[in-house]
Amino acid sequence: MTTSLRHDLQIIASWITPGSRVLDLGCGEADLLHYLIRHKQVQGSGIERDESKVIAGIQKGVPILQGDLNQEIVDYPDNSFDFVILSQTLQQVYDPATLIQSMLRIAEKGIVSFPNFSHWRIRLQLLLSGYAPVTRQLPYQWYDTPNIRVITILDFRKFIRNAGLRMLQEVAIDTQDENRFGKVVTFLPNLRATYGIFLIGRGKGSDREKSV
Amino acid sequence: MSEYTQSDPTQRTVGIVEKRFFTFAHPPNEMVLESGARLGPITLAYETYGSLNADADNAVLICHALSGDSHVAGYYPGQSIPGWWESMVGPGKGIDTDRYFVICSNIIGSCMGSTGPSSIDPQTGAPYGLSFPVVTIGDMVCAQAALIDHLGIERLHAVVGGSIGGMQALEWSIRYPERVASAVLLATTMRHSALAIAFNEVARQAIMIDPNWNEGRYYSGQKPGLGLAVARMIGHITYLSDRSMRLKFGRRLQDKNDFSFQFDTDFQVESYLHHQGRKFVDRFDANSFLYITKAADYYDLEKLHGDGSSVKAFSKSRAAYLLVSFSSDWLYPTYQSKDMVKAMKKNGLNIRFCEIEADWGHDAFLIPNDRLSCMIRGFLERIPNHPEQEDDDISSP
Repeated sequence: MTTSLRHDLQIIASWITPGSRVLDLGCGEADLLHYLIRHKQVQGSGIERDESKVIAGIQKGVPILQGDLNQEIVDYPDNSFDFVILSQTLQQVYDPATLIQSMLRIAEKGIVSFPNFSHWRIRLQLLLSGYAPVTRQLPYQWYDTPNIRVITILDFRKFIRNAGLRMLQEVAIDTQDENRFGKVVTFLPNLRATYGIFLIGRGKGSDREKSV
Repeated sequence: MSEYTQSDPTQRTVGIVEKRFFTFAHPPNEMVLESGARLGPITLAYETYGSLNADADNAVLICHALSGDSHVAGYYPGQSIPGWWESMVGPGKGIDTDRYFVICSNIIGSCMGSTGPSSIDPQTGAPYGLSFPVVTIGDMVCAQAALIDHLGIERLHAVVGGSIGGMQALEWSIRYPERVASAVLLATTMRHSALAIAFNEVARQAIMIDPNWNEGRYYSGQKPGLGLAVARMIGHITYLSDRSMRLKFGRRLQDKNDFSFQFDTDFQVESYLHHQGRKFVDRFDANSFLYITKAADYYDLEKLHGDGSSVKAFSKSRAAYLLVSFSSDWLYPTYQSKDMVKAMKKNGLNIRFCEIEADWGHDAFLIPNDRLSCMIRGFLERIPNHPEQEDDDISSP
């Protein structure tokens, strides 16, 4: 099982405390949750919009709710989870600020990952071709993309800082989307990493507050 | 709702089955009903498939809907039509009889072998008719619990039901939290909407204005067949959907090329409803229809268990849940399942929910569907291994 988990999900999994309560927003077929339940004994649940993915996840035995993650997250009481994961979905969210605040309302820690739009290949494509970039991480044309946000690693750091939240861990990786292997980028990550993965927490002094 | 009953093309079946009977609540120990009335003796018709394991922890109780019966799967000797959920229940199927001991009993108030208004009242020697007490979903579940005790089962691996059967499964999980490891709730609701009550009331009125109904005393004469047939026709409209009727019938005419310019059957949809109505009269009792629809209309989980709050009602549950709604079901629409999910979430319950895209309206849960079978199968397999569930096992009395 370990080897079949995508590289970025392996990093996320390494941050999860065994036995903790985990919610995965946009969990797909629940590969990550299934792994976490088996190997880290977490109490995991997921939210997914696509019917066939929901069915595949439930077949694996993972508790999944079909629905829109922006709406589904509202019903959970404060501190229902230890970790809420938003893996490669932020770029599709209409109101990211509200969503991230909700994440840190229902859990102490959030994990957010997204394709880094300032990777050198993307920059170069736009510079040289003049067309909207199409890459393996963002393989869509402008007219058929589900991705409505353009985010870079620098942007996200700034966003977290301005929102008064805490950046607890950060890893930039260079990997292809479906790849099981990849490498961590420490030198010039905003230019060289295809994905950024972040562990975020509530701002100082807000831990006991109901909302951040 | 048995029009979808068909032999499984894979030939996998539990084979020949037998309807059994269990009688309890003999006077003076009658069952006290939710209304305060007493009923006894009570007979339940039931069937079982598969075998109970040594720990008696592999039992799955199936709860049937309005017009269903205990005959879920397999064949009665000499009959070619299997039980009403043959596609779901059998060896290697969604509810796998190689793994689970499957039980289904006919609900009280019905007419398929269990005690109901058409049964003989031992005090008078005549059928109960309207002197049969009004029973509730809770009463049906209480009676099922007596059967489960009789079968020597402490805790059910799962209770599964669709529609009114789903209400029973839901009620089981709240009424007997320590006895239910999981519940599968298909196309169901925690309370009827005004729309659902309205359709039921029109159906009941159709029965009661049939002169043959005679205040429920018709067992020695003509049955209120016309009224019951109209009631069933109304029911069938609510079980389908605009789209399914468009696909199934459209405006096609029945056995003719042009309108009759009379009030005969012109459209196929009319012919279908007439056929369903007639068929139903042969197998179902009009008074039972009144009692069961009333029980469904009365059911209100919030009122019964939560002082008006569904969140409070679900705080009693310890079960893992699988909820499935169907996109074209306008009798128990998806929002009603989502309302349950919302209340379950607030209680931190272990839940799964999926809305299946299906054209066939409320009836979709009865139609063979691989997606549904796979989900139920996967869900049932994982329940005992779930760590949260094991914790519950330890903490439950």
